[in-house]
Amino acid sequence: MNILNFLEEFTSENLVNKTSSRKDALKTFGSLSKKALLVSIPFGLAGSSKAYAFQDQNAATGALQLALTLEYLEAEFYRRALDSGVLPAGSRAEAVYQQISKHETAHVEFLKAGLGDNSLESPQFDFTAGGAFDPFNENSTGQEVAYAQLLALAQAFEDTGVRAYKGQAGNLMGTAFLTPALQIHSVEARHASEIRRLRADVMGYDLDQNALGWITLDNRGPGMPEATAAVYEGEEQITQGGVNLVDATAFDAIAVSQAFDEPMTGQKASEIAGLFIVS
Amino acid sequence: MKKPLIKVQPAANAGIDCTNSRRNFLKIGSMAVVGSGFLLACSSDDDMLNPPVQPGAPFDLGSGDLGILNYAYALEQLEAAFYTNVMDGAYWAGANAEERLILEDLYKHEVIHRDFFKAALMAAANGNADVVLPELEFDFSSVDFGSRDSVLGTARILEDTGVAAYNGAGSLIQTPDYLVIAGKIVSVEARHAAAIRSIYLEDPKAFAGDDVVDANGLDLALAPPAILNAVKETGFIKTEFTANQLPTG
Repeated sequence: MNILNFLEEFTSENLVNKTSSRKDALKTFGSLSKKALLVSIPFGLAGSSKAYAFQDQNAATGALQLALTLEYLEAEFYRRALDSGVLPAGSRAEAVYQQISKHETAHVEFLKAGLGDNSLESPQFDFTAGGAFDPFNENSTGQEVAYAQLLALAQAFEDTGVRAYKGQAGNLMGTAFLTPALQIHSVEARHASEIRRLRADVMGYDLDQNALGWITLDNRGPGMPEATAAVYEGEEQITQGGVNLVDATAFDAIAVSQAFDEPMTGQKASEIAGLFIVS
Repeated sequence: MKKPLIKVQPAANAGIDCTNSRRNFLKIGSMAVVGSGFLLACSSDDDMLNPPVQPGAPFDLGSGDLGILNYAYALEQLEAAFYTNVMDGAYWAGANAEERLILEDLYKHEVIHRDFFKAALMAAANGNADVVLPELEFDFSSVDFGSRDSVLGTARILEDTGVAAYNGAGSLIQTPDYLVIAGKIVSVEARHAAAIRSIYLEDPKAFAGDDVVDANGLDLALAPPAILNAVKETGFIKTEFTANQLPTG
């Protein structure tokens, strides 16, 4: 299975193009406050909103297949992490991984059931990414380094999962899968928050913005491999719906970027997952 | 508990059993209800620019996407007001470094969300402030801002409720851009919820505990009437408003 090929078709770019044409909003702004004036052009006004209750079965199927692939990856990762002996027995880390493992395994089963005949077999994974990592300490890298990598990869997978589900939401509009997909999406975000804080705690990082559960700018945080920079590209967004929120609020780009998580295209998510897929 | 003033009046045929079993807001964490069980017979009016009702009547959130944006704005106003009070309270002033940092960030994020919705709503309404939810008044006298239990316990409820509300509203949104925006915010609410649960609850699995994530690995999702009734039960919101025209599916 070539994940890159089958994922190409459902990047979310087409969504942007379906956005309704913008009305001439500026002319009505004469009486508004300065902050409102900063809303240069609002996002697609909802005048013709009925048009978006579309149901594109292929796009929805593709979105769910991407989701299933990512869940296969996460489920196998956590299962092998728990089997590896790298996590200290009885630790908070072990409990956290157990809970996440339970959810990722449930997500695989849920998505397989939802996809039915369109379901996919699990790819074959290589969590060393061709020898770059040894998170399960299978190549004598040592417990300490393996543990650090186990935490770093978990953070990368969870933050990717959040962005990937968000990127597919539009492809699920008008289908029965949208709500469950959103319900998985927020579970991934809970995981991401906990893994980020767990990693900072275990690694003894300074208690600062990168030690918390949310993403600051496009920071991957201390100790995250260079290769994970792609997971955070674009997270530094400070303009939402045409509103520059640094200008429109009392807060800086750090807080504004933290307050919104950004979507990721299917293509990008597949490229990140592809680093760990053998076939 | 203060006398609830929010009047939530879902269309008569729209709110099938959405509230009866969910009266206790404080138990919201144990609920896992999907919006799909929420059936409807009325089609929502998509006209976003309904004229406001007669002067003196409580504000109605409106219909279509504008109604959903007003709904989200109400919830973000609530969260922002709560954390603003937290920042002025004795508990925060004396809390440990991690808890101070987390709560200060939550305060910033929720105020940013609130201010974002205000700007987005003004734009969506073409500048017609009459259809944008006014600034609400709050009453947090039931919260002890000097108490860790009271502050973190309330924060946990508000964050889990935010997650459930956005998850339950997603399918009611008709404009893809708004759905993406809601998605950008709900995952941050979920990050908040996990962090608050993690520092407040003893169980190391509480960040995504079995009380909020079901056997399929799905988080909470609640339709607007259930959320609004739960919020009403808290007595936190003093300003009266109605939700008579929100889309129901």
